Amino acid sequence: MEKPILQIENLTTSFKIKEKYYPAVDHVSFSVFENEIVAVVGESGCGKSALALSIMRLHNHQRTKIEGEIKYKERDLVDFSERQMNQVRGKEIGIIFQEPLTALNPLMTVGDQIEENLTFHTKLSKEKRRLRTIELLTQVGIPYPTRTYDQFPHELSGGMRQRVMISIAIACNPSLVIADEPTTALDVTIQVQILELLKSIQKDTKMGIILITHDLSVVAEVADRIIVMYAGQVVEIGTVKQIFANPLHPYTRSLLKSIPSQVTNKKRLHVIDGMVPSIVNMNRERCRFSPRIPWISRNAHEESPDLHEVAPEHLVRCTCYKHFYFKGS
Amino acid sequence: MWKFILRRFLVMIPQLFLLSVIVFALAKQMPGDALTGVSMDPRISPERLYELREKAGLNDPWYEQYRRWISGIAQGDFGKSYTHKIPVSEVIAERIWNTVFLALITLILTYLLAIPMGIASGRFNDTWIDKVVTGYNYLGFATPIFIFALIMLFVFGFSLGWFPTGGSVDSKVDAGTFAYYLSKLHHVILPALSTALIATVGTVQYLRNEIIDNKYKDYARTARSKGIPETQIYTRHIFRNSLLPIAAFLGYEITGLVGGTVIIETIFSYPGVGQLFVSSIGLRDFSVVTAIVMMLGFATLLGTLLSDIILSVVDPRIRIE
Amino acid sequence: MVLLKIDDLKVHYPIRGGVFKTISDYIRAVDGVSFELKEGETYGLVGESGSGKSTIGKAILKLINMTSGRIVFNGQDLSKFSFGQMKPFRQDIQMIFQDPYSSLNPRKRVADIIAEPLRNYQCLTVGEEKKCVQNYLDKVGLNPDSMYKYPHEFSGGQRQRIGIARALTLKPKLIIADEPVSALDVSVQAQVLNFLQDLQKEFKLTYLFIGHDLGVIRHMCDKIGVMYRGRLVEEGISEEIYENPQHIYTKRLIAAIPELNPERRAQKTELRKKIAKEYEQLYPEYFDEHGRAYDLKSISNTHRVAMP
Repeated sequence: MEKPILQIENLTTSFKIKEKYYPAVDHVSFSVFENEIVAVVGESGCGKSALALSIMRLHNHQRTKIEGEIKYKERDLVDFSERQMNQVRGKEIGIIFQEPLTALNPLMTVGDQIEENLTFHTKLSKEKRRLRTIELLTQVGIPYPTRTYDQFPHELSGGMRQRVMISIAIACNPSLVIADEPTTALDVTIQVQILELLKSIQKDTKMGIILITHDLSVVAEVADRIIVMYAGQVVEIGTVKQIFANPLHPYTRSLLKSIPSQVTNKKRLHVIDGMVPSIVNMNRERCRFSPRIPWISRNAHEESPDLHEVAPEHLVRCTCYKHFYFKGS
Repeated sequence: MWKFILRRFLVMIPQLFLLSVIVFALAKQMPGDALTGVSMDPRISPERLYELREKAGLNDPWYEQYRRWISGIAQGDFGKSYTHKIPVSEVIAERIWNTVFLALITLILTYLLAIPMGIASGRFNDTWIDKVVTGYNYLGFATPIFIFALIMLFVFGFSLGWFPTGGSVDSKVDAGTFAYYLSKLHHVILPALSTALIATVGTVQYLRNEIIDNKYKDYARTARSKGIPETQIYTRHIFRNSLLPIAAFLGYEITGLVGGTVIIETIFSYPGVGQLFVSSIGLRDFSVVTAIVMMLGFATLLGTLLSDIILSVVDPRIRIE
Repeated sequence: MVLLKIDDLKVHYPIRGGVFKTISDYIRAVDGVSFELKEGETYGLVGESGSGKSTIGKAILKLINMTSGRIVFNGQDLSKFSFGQMKPFRQDIQMIFQDPYSSLNPRKRVADIIAEPLRNYQCLTVGEEKKCVQNYLDKVGLNPDSMYKYPHEFSGGQRQRIGIARALTLKPKLIIADEPVSALDVSVQAQVLNFLQDLQKEFKLTYLFIGHDLGVIRHMCDKIGVMYRGRLVEEGISEEIYENPQHIYTKRLIAAIPELNPERRAQKTELRKKIAKEYEQLYPEYFDEHGRAYDLKSISNTHRVAMP
């Protein structure tokens, strides 16, 4: 069987709050293969962005503790020094952030910001770097690449900025790209274009993509496999067909049910009771979703629930999925 | 850009006009005039005094005096100084370069102190170095400049004798020689340093906060995600972006310094415009006083214009057309 | 009954240049938009950022100045009134904003935030005011005890509900909801949308719902107006817009709606490619030489399309 590009094993990322560490990402394990889009889905506060930053080790290290394994091509990034990590960031793994306006330096031209990546990771001459940058801008579909090279971020539209962000991420042909909510700040028509672009780049480069998003419809459009996170844990993992055709975990089912365009006009939408627990006050011993489905008997849940394989590649946490039904149905 | 500058100069005309009215009115409100001192002299009869006043135009109605004064200014004539008996413009011209020199050295020292301190405490915030700088800042904010300047004058001027305690140049050296310029610098160091040590704290604090603010911004995170070493993230991204508001503040800083020289020049008996201003008030030499106030007003307007121009040059998001 | 009628609304911003800042051109944020809202219905304005949809909402409340046109609310022409004269009408028209994090004053308690409109328009005793605030908190599903808390103590969805409670206290007839759920997660979004529908029934509210999420718009609205570059390009009841779009821009917008069935991915991609091509080819037929959409023409009782 082919080897994964990235293999995460029991990754736990804890943040220091008032001198104590609380895990925001809790024993997460998954792998990403070549030419694959793995989507990480969940609501704000579920730990998906913390997971993305952990892989790149971009958290403030004075306040963050990372445990477990992040195996990138057989090497464990958790043990890497900052210097070694800088050889990985931008070169081996690229990242695209949500808000392309704030994620770009307002005082630097677009060209310089893309070229920076090449300056630190290649031995190309200045002229060659410029040519490569213009090539990248063309590749991400910017209409006037030589002009855009000298423009500043504020002179571009939201969609164009996100294309620039993508060209920064893919400048050194990384094997893995993490896209953290890449389309959330964009209009629908632009969203589609950006997703299409990511897919077409993937076709050429065979890179693996981790797509972090709260928008299930984006996932349905592009992902190969889905990881559903809740309260720092993976609650369900499976192929896109498995998750959309046969969602099992109560959280996955609830999320899918609350999307407006699925139900006919004016019907009531499904609402999940209660709130996402904060990482400080959370009962970590039992099924973390149980407080939000109180009509399901306590006996249906497991003690310290684990992931169970229900089909090849399809895993679900806790046994409660077997007994779950929607309230009122 | 030139259109913008032209427009700003056009806008300055009514602003300066308004200033001139206020300055003139205030000068007229002050008790006494240039001949008050003369009138104490028993040898001069009241008739002769009236004649002198008539000749100087001091008996004309205020609007007539104002008209004469303002039309003179418009032609570059600020009138004649009563104490110095020469045109005001000449009196000021003698001193203005001293003041400009002092202000320039002060400005350089202010930034020489502020930038490394601000950067160090911003980058390594909450470490011992930050605590030292912040402590210094609190002291600086709390210390009144005139007291600090007096202490500096006493310690380094009188007690240790490292620096001269008055004047702008040693009278024994010939103008134009290297020793002359060295002596000028020697005279300006102590007043400039005294001001800079206090004036710098505002800039240090500002720069520190800017750096702390910028280092957690999204674009800095993007830079880190490219695998740029932390030190280079500071040199390439964070410093530049943090220095921007400070560069933009330069024009205002100059204005503040020009005003600040009034106190510092008086304390250090430094023959500049500030000292001239204070002594002219004492001597009721209003033509000098009003000329200096008008000049400071003009400098302030120029300073703000300079700030706007700098900002538009260094910040691509601001375009002046 | 028509509650609000917008007639040929224009909002133009001057572009100034030169030494004397003379006006050299205009940005036409809203350029001749007409539509009407019947009492009790929900009208959706949909479009991309920069299409002018939010500008219309703000112009109705005179938060920005309109250049020309008429805004008739309840038989009164608001466009003739000054900001001050608008005061009595502001009771009847309230606004809900997009970002629940920045639209609530962080230094005020919830009780003060909700009571603010009441204090401006009605003189209530302290006891009456408290009762009123508690009543509305209860209506929006928040614990009445939370009136003494500050906005930061609430989650995004709860904050949005505080904003809604504030908008409700004066018993408005019309609520302008400017992207009320676009900053919220799906499950919270569902909560707020359900809740807006409940309130509509209970208080007989009319909504002008401004948004860019076509799924949400379809779910909420009876009638939809599609905006593009300051102009309405198509208007009709929801089914007409979604099932039978006529304007090339509407078609492109509808095709961009994400497909929730992963099995139909390839089909959807094909469809989008086809529509993109069509858009390129047919563009001159739907826009004049200045790239401006034509005036709306009726093609059925309810359906209007911008065509030459």
